Amino acid sequence: MTTITKKFGDFVANDAINLKVHRGEVHALLGENGAGKTTLMNILYGILQPTSGTIRINGRELKVTDPNVAIRHGIGMVHQHFMLVETFTVTENIVLGNEPTRSFGVLDMETAEREVAELSERYGLAVDPKALIQDLSVGSQQRVEILKTLYRGAEILILDEPTAVLTPLEIQELVGIIRNLTEAGKSIIIITHKLGEIKQVADFCTIIRRGLHVDTVDVNTVSEAELAAKMVGREVSFKVEKKKQVPGETILEIQGLCVEGGRGLPAVDGLDLKLRKGEILGIAGVDGNGQSELIEALTGLRKVKSGSIIMRGKNITNLSPGKIIEEHKIAHIPEDRQKRGLVFEFDIAENLILQSYGKPPFSKRFSLLWDNIYQNAERLIEKFDIRPQHPATPARALSGGNQQKMIIAREVSHEPELLIAAQPTRGLDVGAIEYVHRALVAERDRGKAVLLISFELDEVLNVSDRIAVIYEGKIVGILDAEGVDENEVGLLMAGGTA
Amino acid sequence: MELIIQDIGFIIGTTLMYATPLIFTALGGVITERSGVVNIGLEGMMFFGAFVGAAVAYFSGSPWLGLLCAAFGGTFWGLIHAIACVSFRAEQIVSGIAINFLGAGSALFISRLVFDGATQTLTVVNKIPQPLAFLFGEGKMFSSSGFMGLVFNQFATVYLAFFMVALVWFVLYKTRLGMRVRAVGENPEAANTLGIDVIKIRYGAVMMSGFFAGMGGAAMSIAVVSRFSNTLISGHGFIALAAMIFGKWKPQGALLACLLFGAAKGFEIYLGAKGVPVAGDVLAMLPYVLTLVILVSFVGKTTAPAAIGKIYEKGDHI
Repeated sequence: MTTITKKFGDFVANDAINLKVHRGEVHALLGENGAGKTTLMNILYGILQPTSGTIRINGRELKVTDPNVAIRHGIGMVHQHFMLVETFTVTENIVLGNEPTRSFGVLDMETAEREVAELSERYGLAVDPKALIQDLSVGSQQRVEILKTLYRGAEILILDEPTAVLTPLEIQELVGIIRNLTEAGKSIIIITHKLGEIKQVADFCTIIRRGLHVDTVDVNTVSEAELAAKMVGREVSFKVEKKKQVPGETILEIQGLCVEGGRGLPAVDGLDLKLRKGEILGIAGVDGNGQSELIEALTGLRKVKSGSIIMRGKNITNLSPGKIIEEHKIAHIPEDRQKRGLVFEFDIAENLILQSYGKPPFSKRFSLLWDNIYQNAERLIEKFDIRPQHPATPARALSGGNQQKMIIAREVSHEPELLIAAQPTRGLDVGAIEYVHRALVAERDRGKAVLLISFELDEVLNVSDRIAVIYEGKIVGILDAEGVDENEVGLLMAGGTA
Repeated sequence: MELIIQDIGFIIGTTLMYATPLIFTALGGVITERSGVVNIGLEGMMFFGAFVGAAVAYFSGSPWLGLLCAAFGGTFWGLIHAIACVSFRAEQIVSGIAINFLGAGSALFISRLVFDGATQTLTVVNKIPQPLAFLFGEGKMFSSSGFMGLVFNQFATVYLAFFMVALVWFVLYKTRLGMRVRAVGENPEAANTLGIDVIKIRYGAVMMSGFFAGMGGAAMSIAVVSRFSNTLISGHGFIALAAMIFGKWKPQGALLACLLFGAAKGFEIYLGAKGVPVAGDVLAMLPYVLTLVILVSFVGKTTAPAAIGKIYEKGDHI
């Protein structure tokens, strides 16, 4: 790909980017969120058309006008959000768009299943051709996605953030699969912002920052810190800096908590947990092991079936969210910030008083006191470095990182005793992640309790003082973060015993 | 005993007859919704089809030509719906409501022009034939008023409807085209990344739904009765929509649901004919009440195609 440029209106997503990939090579594409990695790959795959620039495959120039063209020329893409039809079988998903048929377009599923089985054996991608997608684990679904590209004869595979949703064990399996594929002569482009993975699997790495091509490097000759500096444009610290602190008394005690999930099945199933003042307790676990339901139960958003939640000696089980926030001083940074954390069409000032609009100094009798509301916003914008620094900016116009800063500002300014942070850095780039982590540690240092729930094991390991591993709605192990063995946590997360 | 069997035959016969227009229309609903496009304009398409079928059959003398033109009349409104919802990404419910008004309004408008200001057509001389009629009647194999005659001496549209159910089922589940339609209705983005033309598939599916709804209308106006009037299609399109949902978006399910609604109509006519002392208006409510009851009690438990009603936008956004 030579001098690829893509503009969306005035916004330049890709600015004259060059990318060269050789046969049998793993090439990493590194950049922060919004740097333009996915845009570049969507251009290669024909989902987007470049404003200018050329693409050559095996030396021949090619106009990739739609994904069909890309597929015909051996390009396959595994999207970050899987592109699978949940109600179809593995085979149906793999052959879709390229189905073997008998006469009159009648499907020949036997042939299809046989071909899928052969492929999965050849490349060591174990899946049951007849299984329904909705019954498969995330790791298996990813294997189906890879098989989809191979079935179409892909020589170049684009993997968009392939490890974001995987458990540590599944990540190791994926690394094995990538090795198999490159040995068979396939080339792989892997989009990521995780530096460790690049060091582990990639041969070369191209770094993109704000749509610009920064550098292409041989991975063996650079350190993770150098890669990070190139990506962000400044030095970044990976280690979350925190002083040693002796935790205080127990502030939150959860006993035998049972909560039903969406389908009426037990999601949280007899969970016990204690949280002390001045500590960050990280909950590690794979998505869907009851984390969401636990948070919703703690914040009063979901009914508790049995068990109790004691906050500062008082039972807060099944109280209303308002009471829990107001009287029991629990703050919540929600998992889905756009759905639950903020009101998209409200401006920063309005979003900052979502909990406290009904009280002085923000309102008096039936009217809102806008002067005070905007003064409050200006103060918090300054203190929490929210950009753009204008209280009347609508929330939807903020970047993910600044939306999150706004939510943190609101929750922390409320002086909570317990801060629940659910996936607080999801989708954020390195700079913003650093900010959020510092904010969490700052709360801890002020003697507050922090409950951190994250699917990113690295995050849990780095930020927490203690780590509780959740599996199938139960806490299956509590470990001290100091000197913890990552593999041990990984094993617990996958339901093994340490 | 013989009377009871005859009565049962009468109910089954009328059930089949009245279910047929619903079956056609519900099949149309299955096809469009399986591709992810809601079409509540079925009522208007059916209405339009009923008029076109009767008018063409009246002037040409050929019921088959009437049926075909009715199907294409419905297809025209399907095309309009597709242009609005697929190309211009309009809200599908709003477009459907508009089609209901336009389909009915245009049918009545043309009717007034062609039939001297009347909102109904004149009586069609040749209705859709009864293909097995040679078996029934005086001196034939069966009496036309016996059980066999009442059940099997049906209009050709009845047999055609059953055949279409099998055909639509086969196409949806056993062919490449059907698999693509279902994939588009479940996850259009995924289908697009595999090179399937989502827009084309949806256009085709929505137009087919008009085709079937138009046939459903004609199955009413030139088979069940022999003329179009402005009260002929009164909610049948909506009942077919309900049947499609009750039938879990499956052709075979929709068939059973339509038969159930047809049976309600069958009972209504049977009780009316027997002179049961219930007001006719109350009896006439039966199919509609049944629709409500069934929708309230079953809709929550059914699973719609995942991408249904969602606007699909291809490409140029981040």
